Amino acid sequence: MQNYQRDWLQRMLPRLALSPSLAVILVFVYGFIVYTSYLSSTNSKMFASTDLIGLENYVRLFNLPNWHLALKNLGIFGGLYILICVCLGLFLAILLDQKIRGEGLIRPVYLYPMAVSFIVTGTAWKWFLDPGIGLEHVMHLWGWDSFTFRWIKETNTAIYCVVIAAVWQSSGFVMAMFLAGLRGIDNEVLKAAQVDGASPYHMYRRIVIPMLRPVFLSAFVVLAHMAIKSYDLIIALTNGGPGRATELPATFMYSYTFTRNQMGVGAASAVIMLMTVAAIIVPYLYSELRERQHERN
Amino acid sequence: MSVTSKSDGAAVRTSQVMRRVIYLVLLLFVLFYLLPLFVMVVNSLKPLDEIRSGNMLALPHMWTLEPWLEAWSKAQIGVQPTGLKPYFVNSILIVVPAVMLSTLFGAINGYVLTKWRFPGHKPIFGLMLFSCFIPFQIVLIPAAKILGWLGLGGTTWGLVAVHVVYGLGFTTLFFRNYYEAFPTELVRSAQLDGAGFWQIFYRILLPSSGPIIVVTVIWQFTNIWNDFLFGASFSDYDSQPMTVALNNLVNSSTGVKAYNVHFAGALLAALPTLIVYVVSGRYFVRGLMAGSVKG
Repeated sequence: MQNYQRDWLQRMLPRLALSPSLAVILVFVYGFIVYTSYLSSTNSKMFASTDLIGLENYVRLFNLPNWHLALKNLGIFGGLYILICVCLGLFLAILLDQKIRGEGLIRPVYLYPMAVSFIVTGTAWKWFLDPGIGLEHVMHLWGWDSFTFRWIKETNTAIYCVVIAAVWQSSGFVMAMFLAGLRGIDNEVLKAAQVDGASPYHMYRRIVIPMLRPVFLSAFVVLAHMAIKSYDLIIALTNGGPGRATELPATFMYSYTFTRNQMGVGAASAVIMLMTVAAIIVPYLYSELRERQHERN
Repeated sequence: MSVTSKSDGAAVRTSQVMRRVIYLVLLLFVLFYLLPLFVMVVNSLKPLDEIRSGNMLALPHMWTLEPWLEAWSKAQIGVQPTGLKPYFVNSILIVVPAVMLSTLFGAINGYVLTKWRFPGHKPIFGLMLFSCFIPFQIVLIPAAKILGWLGLGGTTWGLVAVHVVYGLGFTTLFFRNYYEAFPTELVRSAQLDGAGFWQIFYRILLPSSGPIIVVTVIWQFTNIWNDFLFGASFSDYDSQPMTVALNNLVNSSTGVKAYNVHFAGALLAALPTLIVYVVSGRYFVRGLMAGSVKG
């Protein structure tokens, strides 16, 4: 009898070892998602309330000019951020893949921004882009008096400064992804094409770049979800300003929930953010997990 | 597919002129990526009036360490003019336990999910994996409530708990992918020899987990040290991490803006992760890759 019990315990032990983590994730991730979704359908202001009001918060959310601005900014920022990071990353990876002397020194330099906090990045670029002491001032001192660069001070261009700083931070990482992809391509394929007399341009255009399709997908997924979650950089670089010109969904959620006492609307915006991320991530994870199984079989 | 491995190089041949252009372009981008770091270092060693009247890209005329001392121990951040020092300590108090706990649990989870599979292990891993990618805005409101309820609101232990919970997905992913390649036959034969669940973990899996432990520790260290959202949401004046204190220093200083002190402070906040990167960049890149290319 005792033996039987010990056996049972032995068999259950792995599951028991996993259960604390699983329980914590079920409660603090999925339970919290359910709770925030619930809050988004209540009349919560400064404190959580239990008055259910259906989808009213969502209706209000999509009638708020600030939310429209946040979505528009996310479109501009996310679109440019992904596009520039992918193009620049691919470009630099192709250049670095030409048997470059000193590659071991160049690569870490392109990648180190990834190790730095967005708050640090924001601080550095905030003052470098500041017309009073930064780039514009430097150009004036160098004798180019007509040079103006005051994007960070103006409502309709400040969002592009966020793009500059974010691209600086992430493009080296995308480069590393593409470089890993390039190194994974079978050299025989390229040699065969070369024998056939394909020019370098054609080689990349017709053979190499199409073979990198999985890397494009990974880069897109990673960058898109980073763009949607962007919060720190905005706070440090522009603090949402000038005015509300660089408002993004993440900053919108925070200010409506914690400083404007509109918790219901804030929760609704968080739910929209989650659904957008899920729409990108879930199909990707699903296909990645399935592919791995195919490979094994 | 490792970035560091030397392949035969590109098979595409390029002309001499072309190569010059390539080197030039690569060099220009080296300057672009180094520019903000250069600006921060140079201007953190200048007196303030030299920044305002002088050139941001020029070396200091009068070298000084005063901005660093000011940022470290004198600048007014909270109520007291304490500098960033206490917040640096807070960050360490948060990072060290959070990294250790999340790595330990990730290792156990990865071990179970590869070597002790049971029906439903796949959806469980899927649930854990998805938790890496959620926008944390979705958990901010209930997390603030629960932390307050547990008496952990505004403490460094509360932040430790939060970072452990929301780091589990990534640490589990790292160890699962690593143990997946570990020969299951070794585990099975040890089992036949009478070794139990924990014995196999300690004696067989852990001793060969060195590289993945390094990758995971670096990844968690970097993420938690650089975190701002949780720090800003769940800390009080006396438990704020470095990033939050730096942002307060830079964005809420009234009166004269001490740019040189801001830059010195930013460098202080960046130094720990930069040092880790310089010392073990290879592992950092492996973590990034494992965190993005899930395959």
